[in-house]
Amino acid sequence: MAKILEKRPLTPVTKLYKVDAPLIAKAAKPGQFVIVRIREGGERIPLTIADYDRDAGTLTIVVQEVGTTTMQFGELEVGEEILDLVGPLGMPLEIPVEGHIVGVGGGFGAAALLCLMRELRARGDTTTIINGAREKDLLILNEELTDICDNLELCTDDGSAGFHGFVTDRLAQMIDGDAPGRPDMVIAIGPMPMMRAVAETTAAAKIPTLVSLDPLMIDGTGMCGGCRVTVNNEVKFACVDGPFFDAHLVDFEEAVRRNKMYVKQEHEAKDRSHCLKLAVGQD
Amino acid sequence: MPVKRVEKTPMPERDAVLRSHDFEEVNEGYGIAHAKFEAERCLRCQDPICIDGCPVRVPIPDFVHKIAAGDMRGAAEVLRSSNPLPAVCGRVCPQEVQCEEQCSVGIRFKPVAIGYLERFVADWEMQQAPIEITNKLDRAEKVAIIGSGPAGLVCAGELARLGYPVTIFEALHAPGGVLRYGIPEFRLPKDVLDWEIDQLRKLGVEIRCNVIIGKTIAMDELMGEMGFSAVFIGTGAGLPTFMGIPGENLNGVYSANEFLTRVNLMHANDFPNSDTPVMVGKRVAVIGAGNTAMDTVRTALRVGAEQGLIVYRRSDKEMTARVEEHQHAIEEGVEFHWLTNPIEVLGDEDGWVTGLKCVRMQLGEPDASGRARPIPIQGSEFVMPVDNVVLSIGNKPNPLLLQTTKGLESNKWGCLVVRDQSSETSRDHVFAGGDAVTGAATVILAAGAGKDAAGEIHADLRG
Repeated sequence: MAKILEKRPLTPVTKLYKVDAPLIAKAAKPGQFVIVRIREGGERIPLTIADYDRDAGTLTIVVQEVGTTTMQFGELEVGEEILDLVGPLGMPLEIPVEGHIVGVGGGFGAAALLCLMRELRARGDTTTIINGAREKDLLILNEELTDICDNLELCTDDGSAGFHGFVTDRLAQMIDGDAPGRPDMVIAIGPMPMMRAVAETTAAAKIPTLVSLDPLMIDGTGMCGGCRVTVNNEVKFACVDGPFFDAHLVDFEEAVRRNKMYVKQEHEAKDRSHCLKLAVGQD
Repeated sequence: MPVKRVEKTPMPERDAVLRSHDFEEVNEGYGIAHAKFEAERCLRCQDPICIDGCPVRVPIPDFVHKIAAGDMRGAAEVLRSSNPLPAVCGRVCPQEVQCEEQCSVGIRFKPVAIGYLERFVADWEMQQAPIEITNKLDRAEKVAIIGSGPAGLVCAGELARLGYPVTIFEALHAPGGVLRYGIPEFRLPKDVLDWEIDQLRKLGVEIRCNVIIGKTIAMDELMGEMGFSAVFIGTGAGLPTFMGIPGENLNGVYSANEFLTRVNLMHANDFPNSDTPVMVGKRVAVIGAGNTAMDTVRTALRVGAEQGLIVYRRSDKEMTARVEEHQHAIEEGVEFHWLTNPIEVLGDEDGWVTGLKCVRMQLGEPDASGRARPIPIQGSEFVMPVDNVVLSIGNKPNPLLLQTTKGLESNKWGCLVVRDQSSETSRDHVFAGGDAVTGAATVILAAGAGKDAAGEIHADLRG
């Protein structure tokens, strides 16, 4: 059980939570994730650790409401408990390259850059974050991100804030020499199509790039193998070998396909929880 | 006096057609009359060698005689004092190659049904009169147990009986390890498992779920600031093996671990009341022929498959599943494809499984395992149309703890190395047993290892 200490909406479908989890906060390193279960009969889903505070014993996680479990999560209020919270899982992120490190966050992916980019800056790297979303209101955590990196670049598809265009367009400009300059390393976290586009953008320029994969998981400890991904023609378990992999070697097509395995059941489950809510008059 | 009867008293079973569509237990268990009738067959040997066949050394004749005399409570006391998991072991032990293989009655007749009797006594206690547990944890040294599978549970129970405060750390949200996520409800009902675990809690054993030693808490912290004097590692063999054939990552291919975990731990059979689904088409092929493969194929039938298939590269003689599990699978209509080796999983343009390409095999000379080596027959490739493929070809120990813990020696298979026949690892005061040491084996061997380790930990802490 982990108590929710703070809840803050970031967009209509994205919320930030601070939870009481001293053991995990103490052990967590940038790039790791937790697995949560909200209720009896609930799913186990992985969530990236956006940030941690060892002294306060808290974890920050950002949840985008896309399916049954994340929607149930969205209904949890301050003071309530998360039924099961386990972690930190996955390999901590190791960045062998030093210099100008660019973190690209798409949608709620920007949250995962928080502790990561702060650590890199602390070790002496120059850090840039490209925070992108469809429109201004969907950009998250701008203030927090400003504080922890050297340059924060905003991008919106519709031009309502910052650069008008995709994160990859802005990234391509930097690769070509635009301020703040060509990256020595890129870390991309966000929706699969965005990470794939980033990988394609940096491949030609031969810039080392990591992506954080987010496949379906159950245990998160290597026991089920449901999260297997193909990297450099080798099968890896994202939960124990990842979640970060070399973007230029990931089989994105397979990863996208495997993530859609339960689309039909997801709709069924969502319809059902909607019906149940109607039945008890919550909606 | 012992009564001569050739056959075992049969286990009452549910009808195969009915049971293959639900998760209720297949074996219904003996009633009092069955149990007394069967217990009378025991010869009361001077030298009861059946005990030698039991990894936890249950004093078998003692409890069997008490059943014959109608003293069920006495039988339960004998059993519980020697085995912390009698209701589990009575259901899932391969008694035919352990106690019952040793049984003297078995020289001329069928051996005494020790397993069925063990289960009867454990169930009688659970239903009629739980033995009151009064246990004092009066020793100063705390012991940590990593993993709540059979090895960890038995080790914890034994140490608690010896008076040690014991804490079990479990990675999942519910305790039991493979007894929880691996063995299906129709073979081991989860309320039976819960009851057995509750008895351990009554002994004073503390269980902390959602803690991964090596991730949440480091081994050094455990033995340092957290103050545990000794550690038992019972992390099992939970890393699934894949074949490495093309198409293994298609949608609809599972490891047996994932398939069974979705149903047993996450209750996918109850979807959408529970939120975790499992994808099952009309024809499900399970690769492998061990107990896990039988559990998997029978589970597939129960979650909606019309046809369950076992695909195995050797013949039925080399299969590692228990006779009873194989028999139950036959009764439930499972199709067996012996001497058939999958070489590719085939899929449609959307990436979903459509078939399994196989090659026929013939048996050659014995291999390293002593079993006949299967050899492909040239030109015998064929395609089996299937909607799902589940791989049940074995598990290796999980490397998570080893990756993050210094000074723990392991072998090339990832198994923890222990000092000759003992449970001592290469680190002081750290012991290990069960599948984490031996590689994938049985519940009762793990339980036996847990019991032995408890004795060694006691000696270590007193020495």
